[in-house]
Amino acid sequence: MRLLSTFLIGVSSGSIYSLMALALVLVWRSTRVVNFAQAGQAIASTYLGYLVITHTNNYWLALPVAMVAGAVIGALADIALIRPLNRRIKSGPVLEIAPVIATLGLLGLIRSLVGMIWGGDLKQYRAPVSINGFTFGHTTIPFSRFNLLIVFTAIVVMVIFAFVFQRTGLGLALRAAAFQPEIARLAGVRVDLVRTIGWAIAGATGAIAGVLVTPSTSLSPNSLDLLLVLGFVSAVIGGLESLIGAVIGGLILGIGLALILEYVSTSLAFPAAFVVLILILIVKPAGLFGMKRGRDA
Amino acid sequence: MRKSRIKLALELIAIAIALFFLGNSVSDFRVYEGATVALYVIAICSIILLTGYSGQISLGHGALMAVGAYAAVLARYYWHTSGLLSLIIAVLAAALFGLFLGWAAARLRGPYLAGTTLALAVGLPSLANQFHFLGGEQGLNFDIGAPPKFLGSNFSTTKWYFWICSLAALIIFWLVYNLLHSRFGRQWQAMRSAPVSAAISGINIARSKVLAFTISSGVAGLAGALLVMTLNLVTPSAFPLSLSFAIVTGAVLAGITRLGGAVVGALIIVAIPDIADQIAIKAGGVERVSANLPGFITSLLLILTILFAPNGANIGKFMSLRKKKTS
Amino acid sequence: MTLQVTNLSINHDAIEAVQDLTFSINEGELAAVIGANGAGKTTLLRALSGLKNPKSGSATWRDNSMIGKRPEDLVRMGILHVSDGKTVIPELTVKENLALGGLWRKDKTDVAKATTEVLELFPKLGQRLAQRADTLSGGERQMLAIGRCLVARPELLMLDEPSLGLAPIIIEQIFTALNDLRKRTGLTVLLVEQNAMSALEIADKGIIINLGKLVAQGAARDLINDPTLQAAYLGY
Ligand SMILES: Nc1ncnc2c1ncn2[C@@H]1O[C@H](COP(=O)(O)OP(=O)(O)O)[C@@H](O)[C@H]1O
Ligand SMILES: [Mg+2]
Repeated sequence: MRLLSTFLIGVSSGSIYSLMALALVLVWRSTRVVNFAQAGQAIASTYLGYLVITHTNNYWLALPVAMVAGAVIGALADIALIRPLNRRIKSGPVLEIAPVIATLGLLGLIRSLVGMIWGGDLKQYRAPVSINGFTFGHTTIPFSRFNLLIVFTAIVVMVIFAFVFQRTGLGLALRAAAFQPEIARLAGVRVDLVRTIGWAIAGATGAIAGVLVTPSTSLSPNSLDLLLVLGFVSAVIGGLESLIGAVIGGLILGIGLALILEYVSTSLAFPAAFVVLILILIVKPAGLFGMKRGRDA
Repeated sequence: MRKSRIKLALELIAIAIALFFLGNSVSDFRVYEGATVALYVIAICSIILLTGYSGQISLGHGALMAVGAYAAVLARYYWHTSGLLSLIIAVLAAALFGLFLGWAAARLRGPYLAGTTLALAVGLPSLANQFHFLGGEQGLNFDIGAPPKFLGSNFSTTKWYFWICSLAALIIFWLVYNLLHSRFGRQWQAMRSAPVSAAISGINIARSKVLAFTISSGVAGLAGALLVMTLNLVTPSAFPLSLSFAIVTGAVLAGITRLGGAVVGALIIVAIPDIADQIAIKAGGVERVSANLPGFITSLLLILTILFAPNGANIGKFMSLRKKKTS
Repeated sequence: MTLQVTNLSINHDAIEAVQDLTFSINEGELAAVIGANGAGKTTLLRALSGLKNPKSGSATWRDNSMIGKRPEDLVRMGILHVSDGKTVIPELTVKENLALGGLWRKDKTDVAKATTEVLELFPKLGQRLAQRADTLSGGERQMLAIGRCLVARPELLMLDEPSLGLAPIIIEQIFTALNDLRKRTGLTVLLVEQNAMSALEIADKGIIINLGKLVAQGAARDLINDPTLQAAYLGY
């Protein structure tokens, strides 16, 4: 029972890591940028969701509002930052680090703006359903209705992702622009637009992750930093190129960390995640689901 | 355009003398800020060496500073080492940590390395909360000892810290300058600008990268130890993510390949909170605005620099242009 | 004149890859651009398809300027380009590669019709629809790339060395298909080749360039029979 319950908790937190990983992979595939600002975009969206909750007390309104905000912020980030960057920097010693620096700057910018608007104190985000664990007979497990909701929401998002990417023209354009932008252009795909749409979808996905994770923790301008890191680790486990890899990577990390927290020590979760990251990068640099592309593309 | 070692050494000595008089003539707060500038110069030098020369990025140098800081404090706390020995231990501990990290890092490029080091910056300092001997959230006191008696009874500790930091900065500057102009520095540059031909010409790229990471980490560790020295205390909160970002920003502002720019970068980084305070006071002094304004200005500066002056704010060039115009 | 290129110069940094090039092609013609390796052929096509900004000069298609437009805009003007090297997207299936070519078009019934025609023209593709494009042979990839363009109902088709690395019998197949297509649809083709003979044989017009400059242009038949050109540029 304890094992099963730990496993379920792992699936629940893992599905949030998966969402963050999906957001990172989507942007990485479309623009070759690991978007560290994703944590910032998500925190801004989550705060906007918080605004909705405090006014309407309705979590179900907060989620779509945060998603739309995330999409808009994501699209703006691409248009106002990444496009000019790619236009201006074509060579030189900063070429490789420029996107990293730029998204880092954006992360700092959004975080400080959020801090200016809402302050640095911790805010509570009410969950829409009970966060008390299910009870079977005399035992209560940590896994709650809200955890179930998280898993369910993540599954819905992933099904939508799968449908859009595999079954729609937009999905085909997104994949083509990610794999071979020049050929996509020559086939008539408006690659710049498609990339911006990719950033927008990623922004919305990150916002969902933020709104889902926050009721279990609390909200502050940097409360999603750890989620960014865990999302990155998940994405790397999955190979950074693969959407399915991102989902599986998130679940593996979520379940693994839950087991360590439950059976080994609460202080080892972060070192364990870090060691996993380093090990993957050294032993299986293309991710557990080895893609053909190299790490350094 | 390489200066001779002697000439640079003389210049640095001249700067040291100037700093000595400067330290005697300004307020204690400015002296404290001077110490901070000096330790930022050290931290920025470590990034310039790493990123500008060996082509590796690190968003986690704040964590390496933390390693150095905790090493120094623990050595002094549990083994009662002298101040100088504590600083040396800081360098060695951070370098050793950097050696392991660099071994992994040498296989990574760009975003992977950035993400890995970012993970370190987010997670490592908070580890201290979870291990009792590291002092937890309250931290451990760090007292490097009173200034030597011969400096006089009214020689303030702040000034003493300023001296130590400045001296350390000048020494590090001299060492790093020479390193960058040595065989290793040339190898790093070759490796960054043309990795394939560097490998063909016999440079062991992996080893060369690990070496850069190790040295850079050691230098960062020293900066960390000096930082907690000026704070008299080591806590996890002394090493927030924003510290790692600040030194990367300083290096980018400096011009990631220009060691001399480290001073400019450090001055800007230290000046920003002051400037932000001035602005915040004028703007009405709302606490949450003033608390976040430095971060806002730093980030904005970082973005503007990478967009419009990716090779650094290039103040030197700006000034020489101005000179030409006026003459 | 359907395609008119006037005084076109294109640089790669300091390298003047194409210098002051002027030539023209009539509606429905198949023109072959011939030149040795490094002559500037690829650079020329990349400028005409919007992938590269020329330094100076002009290029017009039916009196509309082609310069300063993006590839995706030129595609909407009926100008399609199969680049050299990677011609298809290896990670996508054959079906998806074809669909990509018609993605931008509103008339989905005609896209479906054009796709059927492509599969009739290159029946081999039809058997491989669900396979990833990286499982195709070199010749099949070239067919797929041309097929993707045809789905867009091109008016000007530009091909960069489609014969490179292919067996003679496959080259023959592709060129025959191209010729049929041209007769049927009135398509204008700009074909870049190093392999001068086989290109000039099917071409109406030849354009010979060397080191970025125009050497000769004229009816393909005349160029084949010109003894000085034969010795210097056509390689026999
Ligand atoms: N991306 C590039 N950067 C620099 N020089 C290039 C580039 N592409 C081509 N060149 C140079 O331009 C000239 C013409 O090349 P190209 O157009 O590829 O010739 P062709 O296709 O006829 O073989 C050559 O000298 C080549 O080295
Ligand atoms: Mg070519």
